[in-house]
Amino acid sequence: MEKNKLNTGLGKEDMENVAASGMDLSEETRSASFLQQDDRILFSRSLMEGIDIISVEEALEKHPDVRKLYGKAFRMVGKEFPGDTKGGYFIRVRAGARVEMPIQSCLFLKALGFRQRVHNLIIVEEGARVYLITGCAASKAAHESFHLGVSEFFVEKGAYLNFTMIHSWREDISVKPMSVALVEEGGSFISNYVCLRPVKEIAMYPTALLLGRGAKASFNSLILSHPGTLQDIGARVVFKSPDTSAEIISRAVSLGGKVIARGHLKSESAGTKAHLECRGLVISEKGTIHAIPELETDLRDVDLSHEAAIGKISKEEIEYLCSRGMTPDQAQSVIIRGFMDVDILALPEALRKEMKDLEDKTLEGSL
Amino acid sequence: MLEVRNVSVDIGGNPVLKNIELSIAPGDVMVMFGPNGSGKSTLVKAIMGFGGYSLAGGSIMYKGRDLKAMRIDERVALGIGIMYQHPPKVRGVRLRQLSRFLCGDEKKIEDLTETLSLEDLVDRDINFDLSGGEMKRSELFQISLQEPDLLLLDEPESGVDIENISLMGKVLNGYLKKKERSALIITHTGYILDYVEARRGCLMIDGQLWCAGRPPKEMFEEIKNKGYGFCRECHGKK
Repeated sequence: MEKNKLNTGLGKEDMENVAASGMDLSEETRSASFLQQDDRILFSRSLMEGIDIISVEEALEKHPDVRKLYGKAFRMVGKEFPGDTKGGYFIRVRAGARVEMPIQSCLFLKALGFRQRVHNLIIVEEGARVYLITGCAASKAAHESFHLGVSEFFVEKGAYLNFTMIHSWREDISVKPMSVALVEEGGSFISNYVCLRPVKEIAMYPTALLLGRGAKASFNSLILSHPGTLQDIGARVVFKSPDTSAEIISRAVSLGGKVIARGHLKSESAGTKAHLECRGLVISEKGTIHAIPELETDLRDVDLSHEAAIGKISKEEIEYLCSRGMTPDQAQSVIIRGFMDVDILALPEALRKEMKDLEDKTLEGSL
Repeated sequence: MLEVRNVSVDIGGNPVLKNIELSIAPGDVMVMFGPNGSGKSTLVKAIMGFGGYSLAGGSIMYKGRDLKAMRIDERVALGIGIMYQHPPKVRGVRLRQLSRFLCGDEKKIEDLTETLSLEDLVDRDINFDLSGGEMKRSELFQISLQEPDLLLLDEPESGVDIENISLMGKVLNGYLKKKERSALIITHTGYILDYVEARRGCLMIDGQLWCAGRPPKEMFEEIKNKGYGFCRECHGKK
């Protein structure tokens, strides 16, 4: 397909909001794109063979095999999921495909008070490898709006999915992502989550089920909490097979909001290895960070560990940087930026740089 | 250049510095001796304007300006710099990042990195997992890029092996030889005197400053041979 600029029909300001959630509207660095506004699909196309990207409704209609998958991940963990969703993307990367440039998607809130409810299905077939960036953003007009995102990830045998989600909301928007990932033998599921802009409330606790031997999961998150915000964010990994491993890493900075940083590693198989690391920095006296790390197993032959540390920036660190000529504000900003280290996200160099630039831009306005 | 006039500092209600008088002229290098806990570091911290070290009395003037109401960075902008004795760890901030903040000349950063053998350290978080010698070299690296007119050195040789002292002494001496650069060097061991040309010394004991202006090598010999007890006696006689 010929590359031409995405005709999104969005105005300049909305385009900026969409771009701030990681969307490359030139598509030069992407292999496929999907854009949904409220409940309308504005755009979806693949620039590479081996990638299907369409709305989930279209996929259910066209591909009977997809119907079996719809809801399967939630049934596997015994969780209910809302059935009244509208829209969401279906992304399938065919067996053996190596997708170097990321696939991108964006779920955009535009109308005042709109309740966006989507159901996404992501399938990475055997031996395939892919990066997916999904952004969630809101227009200036989307006051008091709501976003519910149900996502199911199927990482098949030996497949690799690196999923980066960027939340770029507004201070009066509530958000509830619900995700379950099924990872088969030798598969890897990597989830990177970045939320630096204000939001009213986020509650999310994605689960990865490691079903096959050697399966891996990794959840990494960078959270900046603004005053008046509640972010209840965690990740859970359940180990169902031997030689499975996982890592949950989070960095949270509270500028005055409340962060609950959860993590749960549950081993139901011997020979599993996992680590949970949660670091928090409370900048404002009004801020709260509550870390709740959980490790659980009935077995002896497992290696589960966690470390959690919450603190403030020490006076000595600030004074040290001031004695090198930084103003106290500059010093604080440099320390926060360093703390919100994009290197904890498992990203290839090009994406790492993109994320770093995005973070710098967002933090510049926030700090 | 630096005029410390009748300065007193209290910490936790206890007087730590009492009526200190000290002046350092442009190009002047002054060495300060004194036992542990005598108030040497407190004076340096008060000059920098660190929290908890504000003046209970007196004034500190620099280049004709009263430092009292100035923040640390404003004092730095005027040309004061400090080489820490025990620098804090700063997680997430790399030495290279700070060096670029201090100096826009990438070539100079690179050369100095090599001179001070910091190649392995520049991409680490500041002051993480450093040996005593590495820590001092990192401090000297930063201060050489910052280029203050008045350098406050708090025990630059403590915890450093002989080889590193020699390297640091050379770099430091090169730095101070440039025109109009001044320094106040706190030393415990006196090793630094072998490398840095200093004409004036002083002695801090029990929060008081004595013998300002005497030749430092002579002072150090005396302290080495007779101890600080002798200084106390000698001062008592005066």
